[in-house]
Amino acid sequence: MSQKKLLLGDEAIGLGALHAGISGVYAYPGTPSTEITEYIQAHPLAKERNIHRDWCANEKTAMEAALGMSYAGKRALVCMKHVGMNVCADGFVNSAVTGANGGLVVTACDDPSQHSSQNEQDSRFYADFAMMPCFEPSNQQEAFKMVQEAFDYSEKRHIPVLMRLTTRMAHSRAVVDEGEALPRKENDRHYPDKEHEKFWVTLPAIARGRIRQLTQDQELFTKDSEESPFNVLKDGGDTSLGIITCGIAYNYLMENFPNGCPYPVLKVTRYPFPTALLRKLAAKCKTILVMEEGQPLVEQRLRGLLYDGNNLVVKGRLDGTLPRTGELNPDLVRKALGLKVKETYSKSEIAVPRPPALCQGCGHRDFYAALNLAVKKYGDEARIFGDIGCYTLGYMSPLNAIHTCVEMGASLTMAVGAADAGAWPSIAVIGDSTFTHSGMTGLLDAVNSKSDIVLCISDNLTTGMTGGQDSAGTGRLEDICKGIGVEPEHIRTIVPLPKNYPEMERVIEEEIAYHGVSVIISRRECIQTAKRHASAARTAAAANADNNKFK
Amino acid sequence: MKKDIILSGVGGQGILSIATVIGWAALDENLYLKQAEVHGMSQRGGDVQSCLRLSSIPIYSDLVPEGECDMILSLEPMEALRYLPFLSKGGWVVTNTVPFKNIPNYPDENAVLEELRRVPRLITLDCDAIAKDCGSPRSSNMVLLGASARVMGILEPDKLREGIGNVFSRKGGQIVEMNIKAFNAGLEESKKFSK
Repeated sequence: MSQKKLLLGDEAIGLGALHAGISGVYAYPGTPSTEITEYIQAHPLAKERNIHRDWCANEKTAMEAALGMSYAGKRALVCMKHVGMNVCADGFVNSAVTGANGGLVVTACDDPSQHSSQNEQDSRFYADFAMMPCFEPSNQQEAFKMVQEAFDYSEKRHIPVLMRLTTRMAHSRAVVDEGEALPRKENDRHYPDKEHEKFWVTLPAIARGRIRQLTQDQELFTKDSEESPFNVLKDGGDTSLGIITCGIAYNYLMENFPNGCPYPVLKVTRYPFPTALLRKLAAKCKTILVMEEGQPLVEQRLRGLLYDGNNLVVKGRLDGTLPRTGELNPDLVRKALGLKVKETYSKSEIAVPRPPALCQGCGHRDFYAALNLAVKKYGDEARIFGDIGCYTLGYMSPLNAIHTCVEMGASLTMAVGAADAGAWPSIAVIGDSTFTHSGMTGLLDAVNSKSDIVLCISDNLTTGMTGGQDSAGTGRLEDICKGIGVEPEHIRTIVPLPKNYPEMERVIEEEIAYHGVSVIISRRECIQTAKRHASAARTAAAANADNNKFK
Repeated sequence: MKKDIILSGVGGQGILSIATVIGWAALDENLYLKQAEVHGMSQRGGDVQSCLRLSSIPIYSDLVPEGECDMILSLEPMEALRYLPFLSKGGWVVTNTVPFKNIPNYPDENAVLEELRRVPRLITLDCDAIAKDCGSPRSSNMVLLGASARVMGILEPDKLREGIGNVFSRKGGQIVEMNIKAFNAGLEESKKFSK
């Protein structure tokens, strides 16, 4: 019997990957991608098959480990949020050069409108740049199917495939029909064949040939894309307008035409862009509206540098038909289509924004409170370099505790550079998971140049912002810092609690006074995971009591 | 038959549990369903909302269009106001009246309730007090769900109770009972309002 499940888009990817017979998922948590890996981790099949499913230290280690699994002939899935693509870009781009042996699928979850991100970069550019095929499902059922197709295709063409999701696809639930078929078996271990084995050594002399091959393959990939059932040109009687939808934009279009779209529509969920289908559309329609969730990649291509709008009028985000930034929605699309705007209640005049904040009782709060006390006497001279995580919220009033936040690990290395420029005190604040993600190598730089910085690791024993996943260095942060070469007497540990403020303030002051690399580890468990642990213990106790009743 | 619901509240109040119960019930009734959730940073005390779309025919958009929402179900009164432009002219607002004040510039409470009265089909109740009376102060989200059950119009109260049973079963029979009790109390309270 076929099984229907209510799944997030992320979970549909996870289930699809299990059905495709993966032997490993490699990922670092990041909104909106985290639930893919969590779904696989919780699935009985993962345990039964002993599929690799531990969290990785960062996206680069994840990408490389997955590439290693692919080299050994097995199927591997990599998952991350869009900015994680920047971290793993070296491995990602060069995996198109080595090619895939076992199926290799990289899933990037983009966050247009920046619900939880510092930018809205569009991962389709990465696929384009790496000359890699890209799949972009438009609904949960498609996501489930496409990820399986992506693994097959990866093996068929010896190329990794990028799956691109956006927030509303990743974090929306719908019914997914798992179908009758049992999950495919895992691949047996097998190394690259004679034809492909040399490509795994990217010496220039070999890689040059491979790049030529990859460039030639683009024609083949395009043809595959054009023939794929995932790209469809749908007829429409009114040819005054032709519409191209990418990914979930199709849903917003159809929401506005419940009885069918009157215009021809090219629904694209797979790249390289199906040019032949576009040609057919352009033969009928002299005006084309491009709807893409993210940056105007297709629209820009269509316009070209010498665009004059004489032969083909291209509408979309670049001419203001749709907003230049931010995610799409049914209302923006409705407006772009020139449909009548519906009568609605007016916006409330008294509702005010409610930004997120650190939880009451959070250790980051107490750490910042003590830090603020300790640096007060330096006035504006003290510069605090922040990082990515819950503790970025320390920027907000009333704490106002940090001056910068850029990307994972930048607190530490920016503090080093600022110190080089004469900033003092130059203080970095980083979380435990972010430190092991991208801080350790920066600390080595700091130690080697004897930088005059204070590194504060606000250790809550978890990856907090994404919901409490394992943190790679838990229990070993002092040893890691020692191993990197920080002098043991300048590795200090404090417990962030209001009663400890005087001691915390003293320790911070002492380490500011030391003109070298200091590390202060402020350690107290995340209040959310602490609550969860307590509640799990209660549930276990209750279940135990229930069991005892029947004994 | 199609019903669009917006669930709103403050991160941590439990709107996703309401969504899970409705989702389970809808799936069991073989309805089409889409449910867009908010994860990540906003869950830390920020405003959160979830779009729930239930229908007997396939649904395209994960997001509810403006002016089409049949019901705003809110655990916090100001958060109910935030989504008014999405409410259809004949739509319901069912909201908890207890303000969650974690921002310094929270508007005057009475002004919030006054503005809510712009909506003729309004059910307001103190979910926190009702949950407390039931002996489970953490079940105010189920009180709210109960209060919406008479006017939801696509899932019967019994189906929602079944959903509660299913969603909370892993936490033990006692937790299920407490949540059903809270649900029933909310349903009872809603009878004070005309349909």
